[in-house]
Parts: sequence; C-alpha cells; structure tokens
Amino acid sequence: MACQGLQSGETLASLKKESDSLKKKLEEERGKLNDIELHQVAEKVEMLGALSIKTKRLLKGHGNKVLCMDWCKDKRRLVSSSQDGKVIVWDAFTLNKEHGVTLPCTWVMACAYAPSGCAVACGGLDNKCSVFPLSLDKNENLSAKKKAVAMHTNYVSGCTFTNSDMQLLTSSGDGTCALWDVESGQLLQSFHGHTADVLSLDLAPSETGNTFVSGGSDKKANVWDMRSGQNIQSFESHESDINCVKYYPSGDAFASASDDSTCRFYDLRADREVAVYQKDSVIFGASTVDFSLSGRLLFAGYNDYTINVWDVLKGTRVSVLFGHENRVSRVRVSPDGTALCSASWDNTLRIWA
Amino acid sequence: ELRNGKNLYFLLYKPIYLLIVAMQDPDMGVKMRNQRLLITVIPHAMTGRDIIDWLIQKYNICEEEALHVGAMLVRYGYVYPLKEPRSLVLRPDESPYRFQVSQPPLHPPAIYLAKKNIRKQGELMEYEKERYSVLHKRINHTWDFVVMQAREQLRASKQRRKADRIVLECQEQAYWLINRPPPGAHNVLDMGLERINNSSRVTLVSDITFLYFLFVKYSEQYLNHDPIMQGCLPSNPWISDDTAHWTMNAEVVPSPTRLRVERWSFSFMELLNDSMGRREFMTYLEKEFSAENLCFWQACEDVRHGENSRIIEKVEDIYKNFLAPGAARWVNIDSKTMDKTLHGIRHPHRFVMDDAQMHIYFLMKKDSYPRYLKSDLYKNMLAKAVVPQETKKR
Repeated sequence: MACQGLQSGETLASLKKESDSLKKKLEEERGKLNDIELHQVAEKVEMLGALSIKTKRLLKGHGNKVLCMDWCKDKRRLVSSSQDGKVIVWDAFTLNKEHGVTLPCTWVMACAYAPSGCAVACGGLDNKCSVFPLSLDKNENLSAKKKAVAMHTNYVSGCTFTNSDMQLLTSSGDGTCALWDVESGQLLQSFHGHTADVLSLDLAPSETGNTFVSGGSDKKANVWDMRSGQNIQSFESHESDINCVKYYPSGDAFASASDDSTCRFYDLRADREVAVYQKDSVIFGASTVDFSLSGRLLFAGYNDYTINVWDVLKGTRVSVLFGHENRVSRVRVSPDGTALCSASWDNTLRIWA
Repeated sequence: ELRNGKNLYFLLYKPIYLLIVAMQDPDMGVKMRNQRLLITVIPHAMTGRDIIDWLIQKYNICEEEALHVGAMLVRYGYVYPLKEPRSLVLRPDESPYRFQVSQPPLHPPAIYLAKKNIRKQGELMEYEKERYSVLHKRINHTWDFVVMQAREQLRASKQRRKADRIVLECQEQAYWLINRPPPGAHNVLDMGLERINNSSRVTLVSDITFLYFLFVKYSEQYLNHDPIMQGCLPSNPWISDDTAHWTMNAEVVPSPTRLRVERWSFSFMELLNDSMGRREFMTYLEKEFSAENLCFWQACEDVRHGENSRIIEKVEDIYKNFLAPGAARWVNIDSKTMDKTLHGIRHPHRFVMDDAQMHIYFLMKKDSYPRYLKSDLYKNMLAKAVVPQETKKR
C-alpha cells in the first residue's frame, strides 16, 4: 500500500533516508535565518494567573462512548452523538434532554447544530450525513423526518453547516471533503488532496467566508477555497495523524491536535507553524482542540483522559482538567465563551466554567 | 495487507518510546532490582514507588501527575504488574513491575493463540477459537510458519528457568489482556476505527519573519470579553445558575451592554455579525443615503448561502433592485466589476455576485464604518450602554 512507484535500485528504506536528510537540511537552513518564535515576542505579556475551572454540569444519558458534540447558537443547547448510534439534543443548563434520535448505524462520529437552531446534522459509519429538523412537538418521530444529504464512500468524520442551514460541509475517511446543498442533496463541490482519511474540518471565520481547513491521517492540514475546490495552503509538521483542526478567532491562524501528543499553531499569512504545545509528561495523543473566546487559551483533549489548557502566546501549560474516566473525544467552547464542553468515551459530557 | 493506522506496537508512538527508553537506561533510568515473588526471585523488576519517584524527578511534576502518568503506562500495557497481573493499576508502594517486551513478535495474536492451542490441546475459549480461525484465513499462506514458530517457542520455553517462564507468561497475559480483551471486558486500547496510514512527502517551509504582535494585540483587545479568563457580568450563568447574563445579551434588548457595543468597534465583521449592530449601522446608512449598500450585501449573502433552487430567482431580484439602470436602490460599483457581473448573471450561479459583493463590502468597511464609529449615533449608544453589576457567586 505504501510503496507506490519505486524506481529500480530504490527501496523504501533508502527513500526514507533521503527524505529524512532533506528534512534535516531544511531545518538547518531555517535555523540560519534566525527566526523569532511566538513565545519570545510574548515574553513581555503578563503571565496568566491561576485558572479555576471546574465541572459545572455532568451530562449523563448516552449508553456508550460520546464521539462528538456541537453547541447551538443560543449558548446553552448542544447536540451530542455516540458510538451506539444515539444523537441527543440537550439544554445543557438544565440538563434536560430535549430530543433523541437513534440512527441505524453505529459510530456517529460527526454532529452539528444548524445556525438557526432548528435542525441538526449527524453522520458516521453509514458513510452519510443526515439532517433532522428539530420539532417543537415532543411526540413527533424525528427519525421519520431524516434527510440524507451527504454521501461518501467511507465514514463521515466531521460535519458543519456553513453560514446557513442550507449548506453542509463534510469530511470523510474516503480522503475527501465535500460541500452539499441540504435541500436537494446535491454535491456542490468536492475537495481532493489528502492522501489518507480526513479526520476533521473547520470553517474560517473570515470576512469573505470562503475557506476552511481540514486535517487527516496523512499528517497534513490543508486549507481549501470553497468556490474552486482548490487546496490553497498545506501544512505538514505533525509526526502522526491530525485528529482535529480549529481556527483562531480572528481567522488568521489555526490550531491542530495530533496522535504525536502535540498541538500546533499555524499562521496562515506567514504560511508556517509558529508554536508547538507539548510537554515531556504529555505522552498520549491529542484528539481535539478549541480556543477560548479571546484566543489566549487553547483547550486540548487527550487520550489519557485529561484536558490540558495551554497559553497560546507563551506556549506553556496553565492548567490540567481531570475528571473524565476515558478518552476525551471533543472539546468545544460555547458561542459566548462562558463555558467549555467536553465529550468523552466514558459516556458523559462535562460543562466546565 | 496490514492496516497500521492504530498499531499495537508502541514503538511507533515516539514520545512513549522515548519515555520507555529513558526509564530503562541503566544509569539514569528507574532503579531495577531482583524482586521476590513468592518463592521465586524475578530479576530486572522495579517497584511502583520507584517508578513514581523517577517520574517526579525526571519531569519535575507533582505526585498527582506522576501517579496519573504511571497509571496510564500500566493501563496501556507498557509496564505490567508481577503481582495480580489482571489488575492493571500502578501502586505507589513496594509492588513489583516490569517492562513489556520491546520486540514485537511476528503475528503476535496468531502465535499466542497457536501456542495456547498446542499446549491445551485445542482447548481455546470460544472467542479465542473464533479469532484463531479468522487469523488462519487471513494469513493462510504463512500459517504453517506460525504454527512452526509456536512449537519452537514452546520447546524453548520448556528449557528456560522457571523464573523467566513466570515472567514471560505474566507479560504475555498482560499484553493480550490489554490488546485483545475477552468480550465484555473494558478495552483500554480500544483504538476506534483503523485508518490507512500512507507515508508523507517532504514539505517545503517558507521562512518569512512576521509580526507575532498581532496575536498579542488581538488577545489583549478581547481579554475583557473572554469569560473563562476574566469572568462576565453580572455572573457566569454556569457558575451562578443565574441566566441574567444571557437575558441582558439577548439578540433584541432595549439597551445593550457596554462590552457588546464596544465590540462593534473592534472590526467591521464584529459589527455585522451582531444583528443589533447591523441594525444600528443600517439606521446610520439611511441617514447617509447609502443604505442600499448594506441591503445589497445582505442580498448577496443570501444567494451565496441559500438553497440551490432559489439562486436564479434571487439573482433576478438583485438585478432588478440594485443593478438595473434606474433601479430603485442602485449600488455604485465600478464599471469593470459591473460589466463582469452583468455578463455573469446571464448564467447565474452561487458565486456570480461575489465580485460585486466584495466591492461594496470594502466600500462600507473603508468609508462608512469608520465614520459610523465617530458618529453621534454610535457615541450615544456607547454612552447609555449598560454595565451590569456583579452578583456574588452562590
């Protein structure tokens, strides 16, 4: 699988050796140019005081691993999806479960709330992403109103609505991302370039709103133009799968979480990585990241059941959040920045503030 | 074809590999000693307490964190207990532990099962029999080789000293307990779905030096708006159970908060993203007789993000209202963009209005928006904006 098109006389080992020595040379050249690191410029910035972040809500109700969640624009509702096919809409403030759907597939790895708050999208091992309108009538069978919008040839790993309820962006294990018209299910644009599963995507909060970033098992983070389908920027500095990508609030940068146990920060204008968030004692893969409202803090969920809170500017860790009893699969800051929600393989979600 | 996206061999997880190597260093690693286990003496073992102390010293962390890291090492099988091998916990006391074997054996599940099969003369457990036959099918052509290897290993193990055998069996048992737990048991290594990992190509990194201070500036500007960092007024609903903060910042309120109105001045995008800010801006533009710009921009947004089926109808409306000669709300676009747009709307598509929309957007951003911020309309809004009183936490 991995050895395509070898020339005679070349072996995988010799190619790897050559690529490693090239990488080394590039690093040397970079070093010569005396680059300043982000944390050096941030030296004058005030140190962060001790943060007191505690679990304020514990959402119990899923019978299996919670794989994904997304906040509603109303800042208190959220949708979550789990391995056993259940999708639940909660009022996280009151812990009230407002809607529940059971999908016929397992591993619902992606779910998203529509901007209007009137629908949710979810998908996973069924290779599809379906949209459900949220009815005010509790007795109504939501499953009956399900509409399959996205169709991939492998599992759906991530989904998000664009600026309206009418368009859906998806990422898939088939190595592509795609943009869909919700009403007709028509494929509007597909994005090719990853050489392995695409595991995550995020829409840019930019003025012109035309780009998004994706991360995959090929260790790459790619930035795409939604209009043309073109891959306009690519970043490859992680040493293993990129599980999650998330834009910095201004849209000029993004962060990534990887199986190599680091999170990284990339500046789009300079087209390079500008910070690595790592610690010797953090040895397990990072699965998810999100920024606090100001972009000063980076929350990252790991496979060792913890959430590390990083100072984005200084590159240091400011806090560790213990509490989950299994992997943290997703962290998301609420739309007004008042809380962090974490989803875990321990079947629960936690709200931290 | 072997899928190795989530591989059992920890050697591929570099940070963990480095840790294990450091722990095993003869000079600087964890203290190794002979551990007495019942009547046998096991060499090259370490106590739970020694592991914790080593982690604390090596990483300069506190006991709580060292306990956590140590617990993970045992749970994931890099270190296994000699006493009670089925209980995968790290006890910070004299309990003995050992490192898992570092050489990944050939087709480990197959050999393990083949050995057990041979030893127990076909008495595998049901789920093990299933797996045995699945593996047999998968590695059909090398099966004879695996069975031969299993026989060899069993013969060699009979000749090993008893201590080694106990250790090896503990190791293997722990290894497979973690990597192939019986159905129903909690699988800590549950890797989720396997993915195909392809080798990466070398990427060139550009070496432009740039201004990081923009990030510093951004975080300073938004610091007071970040509730997790600075709190929020009157209180954070999640902490106080009081929803006043949300009520005061609802979409439509008679008087918005000061922080909210302040935020409109951070960027044009912030103003437009807030429905109330957008309405205020519209009021201002009406006074300036340029409200058609914002209306045009909104209509274009609607085309871009709306249903496919309504694109043609919406584009026609835009032409009638904003672009046609003598249109009621004619927008002032430069002739080049206008020509291009008029040509494009003969065959309307989702992005046909993009150029015109961008032109008007930047016109508003560079001209109307800065003047709005200096206007009495905005200044009065800011002056009478509410600053909520802080309520004490419960």
